[in-house]
Amino acid sequence: MADFEIRNLHVSVEGREILRGVSLALDKGEVHAVMGPNGSGKSTLSCALMGHPSYEVTAGEIRFKGRNLVELEPDERARLGVYLAFQYPTVVPGVTMANFLRTALNARRGYDGKDKSRAITPREFRALLKEPMQTLRMDDSFLSRYVNDGFSGGEKKRAEILQMAALVPEIAILDETDSGLDIDSIRYVSEAINGMRGPNLGILIITHYSRILQFIKPDYVHVLVNGQIVRSGGPEVADALERTGYAEWAEEAAAGQPEEEVE
Amino acid sequence: MAVAPQINVGEDYREKYGFFDPEKYVFKAKRGLSEEVVKEISWMKNEPDWMTAFRLRSLHTFLKKPMPTWGADLSRIDFDNIYYYVKATESQGKSWDEVPDDIKRTFDRLGVPEAERKFLAGVAAQYESEVVYHSLHQELEKKGVIFLDTDTALREHPDLFKEHFGTVVPPADNKFAALNSAVWSGGSFIYVPPGVHVDVPLQAYFRINAENMGQFERTLIICDEGSFVHYIEGCTAPIYTTDSLHSAVVEIIVKRGARCRYTTIQNWSTNVYNLVTKRAMAFENATMEWVDGNLGSQVTMKYPSVYLMEPGAKGDVLSIAFAGRGQHQDAGGKMVHVAPSTTSTITSKSISKAGGRTSYRGLVKVHPGCHDVKSFVKCDALLLDDESISDTYPYIECDEPRVNIGHEATVSKVSDEQLFYLMSRGIPRVEAETMIVNGFIEPFTKELPLEYAVELNRLIQLEMEGSVG
Repeated sequence: MADFEIRNLHVSVEGREILRGVSLALDKGEVHAVMGPNGSGKSTLSCALMGHPSYEVTAGEIRFKGRNLVELEPDERARLGVYLAFQYPTVVPGVTMANFLRTALNARRGYDGKDKSRAITPREFRALLKEPMQTLRMDDSFLSRYVNDGFSGGEKKRAEILQMAALVPEIAILDETDSGLDIDSIRYVSEAINGMRGPNLGILIITHYSRILQFIKPDYVHVLVNGQIVRSGGPEVADALERTGYAEWAEEAAAGQPEEEVE
Repeated sequence: MAVAPQINVGEDYREKYGFFDPEKYVFKAKRGLSEEVVKEISWMKNEPDWMTAFRLRSLHTFLKKPMPTWGADLSRIDFDNIYYYVKATESQGKSWDEVPDDIKRTFDRLGVPEAERKFLAGVAAQYESEVVYHSLHQELEKKGVIFLDTDTALREHPDLFKEHFGTVVPPADNKFAALNSAVWSGGSFIYVPPGVHVDVPLQAYFRINAENMGQFERTLIICDEGSFVHYIEGCTAPIYTTDSLHSAVVEIIVKRGARCRYTTIQNWSTNVYNLVTKRAMAFENATMEWVDGNLGSQVTMKYPSVYLMEPGAKGDVLSIAFAGRGQHQDAGGKMVHVAPSTTSTITSKSISKAGGRTSYRGLVKVHPGCHDVKSFVKCDALLLDDESISDTYPYIECDEPRVNIGHEATVSKVSDEQLFYLMSRGIPRVEAETMIVNGFIEPFTKELPLEYAVELNRLIQLEMEGSVG
C-alpha cells in the first residue's frame, strides 16, 4: 500500500455532499496534481484532509502511518507530518510570525512548555529559517510582523511555503499555491518547493490552472469533477486539459459556474 | 529572554498564589465595622486628630450611602463578617532580612525580591493591612524622591500629605471610597520633585493572607512639574470559600508637563471582591496613563479616571479584563474634560470564558466651553464560547459642540478559521486558543515592561488551561 491513501472519501458541508467517493494513493517522493474546475470539490478535499471542523467526513478513510486521519484532530495530523499550504491563509492579529513559527516547531517536536531541553533554541531557529527565507526572498522584518496581517497575496503564499520548509512535512498539500502570485513570486515559491522535493516528501498540488505545473512537474495528474476523480494519468493529462479546458467534463461539472477569479 | 518572577507554566492558581500562611498576627481587630474599630485603627497608628476625625466622618458617609445598584452584583458582601484591620508584624523591614521568615517566604514564592534585584528602583510589599517591606534606590532618595508607605508618609511629611490627601477622591465620592477613607491602611505615597525622571519602575505588591480579610490600601502619588514616574502594582490572595474584600483608593496629581504611568496586574483569587476607586488629575500639558489589567477576583468594579484640568492635558486608559467561570469584570475608564484642548483615549479589551462576564463601562464627559477636546474610545470584546457574556456601557456627556469624540466597539468570537489555521501547524487546541487571546491583548502587553509582559502571557495561559468544565 501507498504511504498516503485516500479511500472512498465522502465529505459533506452543511449537509450537502461535496466529495462523492474520492480515492487517491500517494507515495513519498512523488508529486501528484489534482486539477478541477471551480466547484469540483478541490478546496473541500484539502480542508477535509487537514481536518477542518466544517467539513464532515461521512464515509471513507485517509490512511497515513497506520492511522486513519479522519479520527484525528488537525494538530495531531500535523504532528504526524501532514502539511496544508492554505489557499487563503488566516490573519491572526497580535501574534508575530516568529512566535507562531517557534510554537509550531516546538509542537512538532513534542515540546509542551515543560521540558525546556526539547524547545528549539534561538540559534537553531535562525539557522533553520535562513536558507528558505533567502530562497523565498523574505527579509528578517517579516518575522516580527503579525501572522498574515497586512500581507500581500504573494507574501501570504510565500509565508505558507516558508512554514512548510521549517516544519519539514512528509505529506504536503498545496492548495492553489500559485493563485495571486506574480511571475517572480511563482519562481521563488517553486524554487523553494522543488528544493524540498525528495524521497521523504510526497506532494499533492491542488490547482485549477496548469500554470504552476510548469514550475513543479507532477508525476501524476488527477482530474476532479463534481466530487469524483474522473481521470488519472501522467503529466500528459495536464497538457490535454491546457488545450481543451474542463469543457469535455462539462455535463458532469456543476453547470453555469462563473470563471474563477484571479487575485 | 527575561525570566518572569516565579511563574511556571501549567500549574494552577492554587499552587502558585493560592497558598496561605498560618496566622501569627500581632493584632487583629474584631470582625465588623464600628466607630470603635475605626478609632482603634487610628489609635494603633498613632495618627493626628484630623485623621481620626476624617476617618469617623467617612464612616458615617459610608453608613449613609446606599449600595450601588448598577454594575456587578454586590449583594453577597457581608460587611459584618470582614476583618477591617490586621497587623501581621510589629515593624517594617528595610531589608528582606528584617521581614519575618514566613512572610518573607511568601513574597519569595511570589517572586518579589527577585524582581526587585532585577529591574525595579523601589519596592513596597503589603501583607494584610500593613506594608511589611519598603525600599528605594539611594540615588532616587538623594534626588528628593519620596516613596513610602502611606502611614509613614503621614508621619514624616504631614504638610505635603495633608495638602493633597482626599483632594482627588473625596470620601463622599462613592460608598467604597468612603469605606476606604474610614479604615484605610498601607498603600504607597510617592512624591517626585520637579524635573526628576524615575526611569526604572517602582513597584508595590499587595497580598491578602487571612480569610474574610478586608484590605484597604490608600495610594497618593504627586508628580511635580516636568517629572516622570512609572508605578506598578500586583496582587494575589489565597483561595477561600468565603469572601474577602479589597477596596483601595488611588489619588494621583500630575502637575504641569509631568507624566505618570500607573500599571496594575490584578490577579486576586476568585473569592475577592475588588472595588477600587482610581482617579488622577492632570494639569497643563501633563499626561496620565492607566495601564490596567484585571485577571483575578470574583467581582471587580474599577474605572480608572483622569480629570483633565488644564489645556494640553492628556489622559490614557488602556485596560484588559479576563473573566472566567464565576467572575464578573466590570471595568472601563472615565475621562472628564474640564479644560479646552485636552485629549483622551480609552482602549478596552475584554475576554470572557467558561460563562464569565466582562462589562465595559466608561464615561467621557466634556464640560461646557471645553472646545478642541479630542477623545477616542475603543472597546473590543472576545468571547471564547457561547455561555460567556460581554456587555458595553459607553456613556458620553458632552455640553460643547466644538469637540471631536469617537467611539468604536467590536465583539468577536475566537474563529474556527483561526483555530484551524494554528492547529494545522501542529499547535494543540488550548495552546492555539491561548495564542489568539494573547494576540488579542497584544496592544496592552506591548505597553508593559518585558518582564511583566512575559508574566501576563503566562497568566493568560494559566487562565486558558485552568477552570475547564
